[in-house]
Amino acid sequence: MKLPRFSRKTLCIPYAVFLIFFVIVPMCVILFYAFTDKNMHISGTNFVRFFSDPTKLSTIVYSLVIALITTVICLVIAYPVALILAHSKIKKKFVILMLFVLPMWINFVLRVNAIRELFNLLSQINGLEGLESANIFKTIFGMVYDFLPFMILPLYTTMMKIDTSLYEASADLGAGSVTTFFRITVPLSMPGVMSGVTMVFLPSMTNYVVSDMLGNAKVTIIGKFIYEYFGSDWHMGSMVAFVLLLVVFASTLFSGGFKSEENVRGTNL
Amino acid sequence: MAENIIELQDVTKYFGENLVIDHMSFDIKKGEFITFLGPSGCGKTTTLRMIAGFDLPTSGKILLNGEDISSLPPNKRPVNTVFQRYALFPHFNVFENIAFGLRCKRVINTYKNGNGEEYTKKEKLSKQEIAAKVKKALALVDLEGFEKRSISTLSGGQQQRVAIARAVVNEPEILLLDEPLGALDLKMRKEMQIELKKIHDRLGITFIYVTHDQEEALTMSDTIVVMADGVVQQIGTPTDIYNEPANTFVADFIGESNIFTGTVVGKNKVKFCGKTFECVDNFGEGEQVDVVVRPEDILMCAAEDGILKGEVISVVFKGIHYEITVQVGKYELVVQSTESRKVGETIGLKVAPDGIHLMKPRYTTNVFDGVINKANNVEFAGGEFECDVTQLYPGSHLDEDGYLITAAGEKLDLTDTEVKVEVGLHDIEISDDEDAGGTTGHIISIIYKGDHYRLIVRTGDSDEDEDFVFATEDLWNENDYVSVIIPKEKIKLTLKHKEKEDEA
Repeated sequence: MKLPRFSRKTLCIPYAVFLIFFVIVPMCVILFYAFTDKNMHISGTNFVRFFSDPTKLSTIVYSLVIALITTVICLVIAYPVALILAHSKIKKKFVILMLFVLPMWINFVLRVNAIRELFNLLSQINGLEGLESANIFKTIFGMVYDFLPFMILPLYTTMMKIDTSLYEASADLGAGSVTTFFRITVPLSMPGVMSGVTMVFLPSMTNYVVSDMLGNAKVTIIGKFIYEYFGSDWHMGSMVAFVLLLVVFASTLFSGGFKSEENVRGTNL
Repeated sequence: MAENIIELQDVTKYFGENLVIDHMSFDIKKGEFITFLGPSGCGKTTTLRMIAGFDLPTSGKILLNGEDISSLPPNKRPVNTVFQRYALFPHFNVFENIAFGLRCKRVINTYKNGNGEEYTKKEKLSKQEIAAKVKKALALVDLEGFEKRSISTLSGGQQQRVAIARAVVNEPEILLLDEPLGALDLKMRKEMQIELKKIHDRLGITFIYVTHDQEEALTMSDTIVVMADGVVQQIGTPTDIYNEPANTFVADFIGESNIFTGTVVGKNKVKFCGKTFECVDNFGEGEQVDVVVRPEDILMCAAEDGILKGEVISVVFKGIHYEITVQVGKYELVVQSTESRKVGETIGLKVAPDGIHLMKPRYTTNVFDGVINKANNVEFAGGEFECDVTQLYPGSHLDEDGYLITAAGEKLDLTDTEVKVEVGLHDIEISDDEDAGGTTGHIISIIYKGDHYRLIVRTGDSDEDEDFVFATEDLWNENDYVSVIIPKEKIKLTLKHKEKEDEA
């Protein structure tokens, strides 16, 4: 009996089906809704409405700023940790690494809730009442807490891959530790920085669960916007989603995410 | 006589519990091309790294031009390294790689101010100076015009040249090369050997070269330092090392050798392979020696003219010579000659007196620290062996309960007694049955000695290993896992505390 020909390509069919029905088709639907009015006629009114509404534009900018601050804080915390961990000679490195990643294993909503309760508790202490209304601070804190592992991991893997003989070569050629850091370590860890930034920046623009729960629903980021619109006006919601897509696309382009495969390497832990 | 540029004074290096360099002392002369040669794990790279400053000695001193640099960081030492896998910076082009050291450099320039007073300033090199130096360095390695090329577009040989240029552009006093040609193919390697030698002649600085390739070492070096197990085995010119190896390790490692165990039978007379030969080396009569004869020093002649007579068992053509294996009685000798012989032919062999090299045997006996356990067995080298404990006290015997009764009638419990264990080179057997012997280990060295092999079996883990050295006629493979068998009567014990008392 002859078996039916089974090539390696056949294995791709399940994913191709997934791709078509859950990525390409929905994208088209969003695009369709974004550029139609209530009567399903093609129109650009949503587009015009979006860009003529200052609250919508300011929300975009607001989201960007919050995401930017979150990313910078994550980077500042994660970089030295990843560097020290990658350079250390201790045998049980994975244990420490695991401690950083461990929070990811606990339900996200639960973690955010826990932080909210913690802040509630703290705000009852004399002198810390201000915390009650420090919505932006609490939102950013929550985001940093949630997204920090996504920054550490790509940084750590990229730094692990840097050949230690390069540091030796640098020292051998007369460079002190500061010069070596800025001329060797930083440029060679850039791919890790880029993928870390992408993995923190994008979700922190849209993840409204954190802003809702920690910001007393006072901090509105773009993700929240989309969610609310899809309750009433699918056309406007789609338009906001479409604009967000453009923003994400632009920021990825800016960070060089499409430039080469090299930059993707940092993410594969 | 040129002055010393580097002096190693009693340098010892441990990695954790592992002894890598064992009290090493030697000097390196200014301007010479010196090679550290040895098998992997002999400590040659560690020695180089200590000179570069990447590793610090655990004890001992390294002097550069008479000054102690033992604890100076690498960036403060006037030495530069060519790394094994080049370690070029992948994010810089060729120019930036070579300019890296120059950009780190600060030079002291002297100026005159308005009043004619001189003052000095620490300054970076100017752009033009850097460009000129890089250009010169590229010319030195024949890579003119490669400035803008990215590292990933270069071939292995070109990367190698960039690595050399990057190191020499800083005008170091010493250039360190850590197996720099290891990653190149044979032809390329030969070319680079000559090239490196040329660069050395042109620059006139000291080159310290690390390799495990004896041919490379012989080709390039002014001086060779042969190392094994963290100890210098021999220092000398390539000719000295090849013609007058200090011990069988060197003889076996450098070039091909016939190694035999022989006995000195008179003035300038040595007996091996069952015959007496004239030789030039002088040893005490009756002394056991290792005899080394280079294959090209054995001359073939008519069967009746030779000192030895044997049958040709294999002939291999090697390009410029034939390698002929001759069976003489139970000995096998390898001969190199431009003449061929037929397999099965009976031929005579002789050796000129200066072709016979005598040396003190490296190992004459195995010594271990042991402890007597409850069963009156001795524990050493990670195992337990049956032994005769009554030899510790002359005239003693064991009673039924296992207590030792001395000649004077004293009753002793020997448990936990520390003893020195000695086992002769011919008293050890090995087996591939792991449970057959008292301890187990891996074969780490095999040297063919004409009629037998000399094996070294290393037991235990890396930080507590012990070596068994012995002779066997059976052929084993390196890295075989074997158990060590020692007959009860062949284990010689002496009391340790007794030795101490004697000293006191």
